[in-house]
Amino acid sequence: MDNSNITKERFSQMVDKSSPNSNIFTNCCKAFAIGGLICVFAQAIIQWLLRMGVEKDIASTLSSVSLIFLASLLTGIGVFDNLAKFGGAGAIVPITGFANAVAAPAVEFKKEGFIFGVGAKMFVIAGPVIVYGLATSWVIGIIYWLFNRIGG
Amino acid sequence: MSKKHGNQTVFFQQPVSIIAAASIVGPKEGQGPIGKYFDRVVEDVLWDCKSWEQAESKFVSDAIKLAIQKSGLLDTEIDCILAGDLLNQIIGTSFGVRDLNRPFIGMFGACSTFGLAMGVGSMLVDGGFYNNVIASASSHFCAAEKQFRFPLEFGSQRPPSSTWTVTGNGAAVLSNKTGGKGICVTAYTAGKVVDMGITDINNMGAAMAPSAADTLITHFKDTGRNPDYYDLIITGDLGYIGHELVLKITQEQGYHISSNYTDCGIKIFDRETQDTHSGGSGCACSAVTFAGYLYNQMQNSAIGKLLLLPTGALLSTTSAQQGESIPGICHAVAIENIS
Repeated sequence: MDNSNITKERFSQMVDKSSPNSNIFTNCCKAFAIGGLICVFAQAIIQWLLRMGVEKDIASTLSSVSLIFLASLLTGIGVFDNLAKFGGAGAIVPITGFANAVAAPAVEFKKEGFIFGVGAKMFVIAGPVIVYGLATSWVIGIIYWLFNRIGG
Repeated sequence: MSKKHGNQTVFFQQPVSIIAAASIVGPKEGQGPIGKYFDRVVEDVLWDCKSWEQAESKFVSDAIKLAIQKSGLLDTEIDCILAGDLLNQIIGTSFGVRDLNRPFIGMFGACSTFGLAMGVGSMLVDGGFYNNVIASASSHFCAAEKQFRFPLEFGSQRPPSSTWTVTGNGAAVLSNKTGGKGICVTAYTAGKVVDMGITDINNMGAAMAPSAADTLITHFKDTGRNPDYYDLIITGDLGYIGHELVLKITQEQGYHISSNYTDCGIKIFDRETQDTHSGGSGCACSAVTFAGYLYNQMQNSAIGKLLLLPTGALLSTTSAQQGESIPGICHAVAIENIS
């Protein structure tokens, strides 16, 4: 700009100095607490199902499904975003975060109709996770196959 | 003969009177430190509409109607509406003025739109083209989040440098009917696009601060005025970080504004109790702060000379995703109470 001889580099340093950082320690503690509670809750469901005589594999699946249902429900009634604001990665990294990432755009873009809104926008956040998740498992699969060939 | 002074400033031959101002805001703004100055606080941001976008249009139409009503003019006496907002193709505004049946000139300056509309509106009035013009700008937190960030219910943490988009609309009626007396726009400095390479979309205050400092310094150079000429210098929506950066840049250039400079984004929310991080933002931030709080302060003579500098970040989701930096713009409007 004409009125000042501040360079972009110096301005960037000024911005860094003026901008507060997130409190990483506090955020980590909150994430540990919320994430831990979610996992304890999921484990409690599994234990309860096991005591009801459900097989272990099916009990784990039902536990995941329950978490997905609850996170979607909490998203729909406008509670999950507050939980995630407090718990950060603790709420987002478990399967609850994935459910929220699908349910939130579905709710938001309902106004644009079921095709161009819900249908098209539902995976706008979760889509990249699915794409690169699949691509990564594919690459790992090939590596696993190669190692088995060499080893076997 | 040109009314231009210096590089970017125009002085009005007959100062353009702001005969009325109206503001309608959402509940969060109503609970803020200047909440009592707004004409109307709507309790629900959806305001009985089907979408956030429709609600924004309702803020637009109702605030403009209220401004006309307060001015005592007939609808037919309004020669033109100059207004804009943040939504794609400024639909918040164009759908809002759809039923008002007055000529409409759409304005886009991102969050600097209110300054742009006030400046251009004053030029149209002082130029003798129109007698009465509306300058207006709106934004809506939910509609802006949906367009620029994430769906409202998506769980995410906002960084400390982020700002909170103001929900509401501020409108002012510019007129030549007082003959240059009362609360008047006396000068306008149109801003340049300034880009200092900031790419962080969660730090808009930093992206816009250089443009605000540039327009401010240009205004002083063009007008020959000093910072202490004004009772209050107030930028649009830089928030705490941008405010601090403007102070630093202007200080380096020898302009000492720390005693009479603040920002609408700092005024409108209480960051301790309202969780708004770096402050308020959006087109409505400067529009409602002026139409509500500042206009009232000028009427009460608590402020005699005001320099209002609405600031805008000229990015789109496409430019941000393509890794472009964020250009800023700032328009300065000098408003003085002339007896």
